[in-house]
Amino acid sequence: MFFVVVILAATLNFIIPRLAPGDPIGAVLEELRARGASTGGDAEDEIVAAYRARFGLDQPVHVQYFRFLFNTLRFDLGHSISYYPQKVEAALLRSLPWTVGLLAISTVMSFAAGSFFGAMMAWPRAPGFMQRFVPMFMVLSAVPYYLLGLILVYIFAFVMRLLPLGGAYSSGTIPQLDLDFLLDVIRHGILPALSIVLTSVGFWALGMRGVMVTVLGEDYLTLAEAKGLPDRRIFFGYAMRNALLPQVTSLAIALGTVASGSVLVEVVFNYPGIGWLLYNALRSSDYYMVQGVTFFLILTVAVSVLIVDMIYPLLDPRIER
Amino acid sequence: MSQDIALQVNNLRVSYVTGDQEVKAVDDVTFSLYPGERLGIVGESGSGKTTLALALMKLHKPPAYIRGGEAILDGGDILALDREAMRQTRWSKLSLIPQGSMNSLNPVVKIKHQMADAIEAHERGWTRGRIAKHIGELLGRVGLPDSVAEMYPHELSGGMKQRVCIALAIILEPSVIIADEPTSALDVVVQRVVMQTLNDVQEQLNAAMIIIGHDMGLMAQSADRLAVMYAGKMVEVSPIGSFFSDPQHPYSQLLISSLPSAEEKRELTAIPGSQPSLLELPPGCAFHPRCPLAVERCRQEIPLLRDFSGARRAACHLVEEQGA
Repeated sequence: MFFVVVILAATLNFIIPRLAPGDPIGAVLEELRARGASTGGDAEDEIVAAYRARFGLDQPVHVQYFRFLFNTLRFDLGHSISYYPQKVEAALLRSLPWTVGLLAISTVMSFAAGSFFGAMMAWPRAPGFMQRFVPMFMVLSAVPYYLLGLILVYIFAFVMRLLPLGGAYSSGTIPQLDLDFLLDVIRHGILPALSIVLTSVGFWALGMRGVMVTVLGEDYLTLAEAKGLPDRRIFFGYAMRNALLPQVTSLAIALGTVASGSVLVEVVFNYPGIGWLLYNALRSSDYYMVQGVTFFLILTVAVSVLIVDMIYPLLDPRIER
Repeated sequence: MSQDIALQVNNLRVSYVTGDQEVKAVDDVTFSLYPGERLGIVGESGSGKTTLALALMKLHKPPAYIRGGEAILDGGDILALDREAMRQTRWSKLSLIPQGSMNSLNPVVKIKHQMADAIEAHERGWTRGRIAKHIGELLGRVGLPDSVAEMYPHELSGGMKQRVCIALAIILEPSVIIADEPTSALDVVVQRVVMQTLNDVQEQLNAAMIIIGHDMGLMAQSADRLAVMYAGKMVEVSPIGSFFSDPQHPYSQLLISSLPSAEEKRELTAIPGSQPSLLELPPGCAFHPRCPLAVERCRQEIPLLRDFSGARRAACHLVEEQGA
């Protein structure tokens, strides 16, 4: 099942960029022309032919397809066209830590906070002000995060000048593992992380609230209360424990789509992650890079769903392994 | 209050409040429960049986509110307790066997943990070993193997789940057990066995038990006394033997004549009409529109539950007049 999904997805991944208008070699030529290097005429045609041969684009489509499939399954994602001779894998590996660091952490944070708040919003003995969060979360979950990102940048970076405008670290610093660099990275990460957390926390909170209301009506909650259990134990061990199950499934999917969904955040914040890489690859019709990035994204979705499938029986004993 | 009463309920009233309307689901209910006794409470759906049971444990949820009365257990009124004191009272003195035993166990937690947390919540200071031993022993008492402790609820059958609930109810040796339709979700064969188990453990503990249900056959086998509820009121309380041989209240008489009997061959009769809506109770006795014996007084004056001939009580003008 896992492999069928991956191969199907890879195939779509091969077809779609080729259906899109634009031509990678044309894009390279544009760039050469812009630098004044091209002379036009026959020489240009030769360059085009040479490039096409170099990237295998002169082959019939089915040959390209099988070559692509075969290489992809060996994790050989080819060379970037616009940054030739850089390998696609190398570019991915360079961007990956930023995306994982920023997005995985903020998604997990927003999942944890949202689920807790959502559970509290449904809990009848929670402080009354909890209910006031409901409309706030509804509004937040309706705001697109790139828009919130732009607003945050405007307020905190442009007007108040508290935090940097974008990037993952200050230009001029060399990435290294020391405290100064780490603090710099965190300072750069606050705004993009905040825009993701704020816009997605509502989704988790409202989802959790819905499930929680259902769980609170279950007979086992009445019995738990009849047993004289302390509220804290009923809340965490009985109500939240059960209400979290469907949330965890959503988390798996969310984690998988984190990288792709974040393209706009990374573009807004100029953040050198996978999304940024994909954005640039798309702009220059860099087939191999697009294929590489999307294949990688598909793989993350498939792998994270697989992982959740495997740990789910530990959370819910009714699901057989 | 004398020592030989396990639970004394006086003038308990519980209402459901919706908008500006108030529905009296339990209306001025008074009864005593003696140690070791099994009191059956029967009534139609909506007569207030389950509301009564939940209110006694203060487990009723809005829009239900206790509007008055007291429930004296161990010399104190439990309805006046604050949240924390009520939490401590639950299960240690007063336990519940729930109606929907199918869904009454947390599906993602092992049986032993669900039993252990009831002990831990009441800070008995038991060691882990002692808790585990106690759980094993209780499971044995209700006829389940030790291995059930390590199982999850979905691995058990309906009857086994109900046995787990029984074991759970006696884990802290309460003086009162409230069994809310303990067998209604089970098939008849299992019903009998489970009821027998329940009666056995209750006798061993000498706990008083309230059995709520509408299965008259089951009541006849298990209960020592029977209380009949109609439209939120208790209309008759009688020892089980005299209830079946000589029911006092016309409603009780009709109830019994609607039951098939093995001894005599007779026409089964249904009670005409249906229970009135609690929102529009008829004036006087709530049963008078369906009562074949109703007289003018029944339409005007609400009958009170009065003692007559020994241990029997009934709320009916006719019974009162005959007795007088």
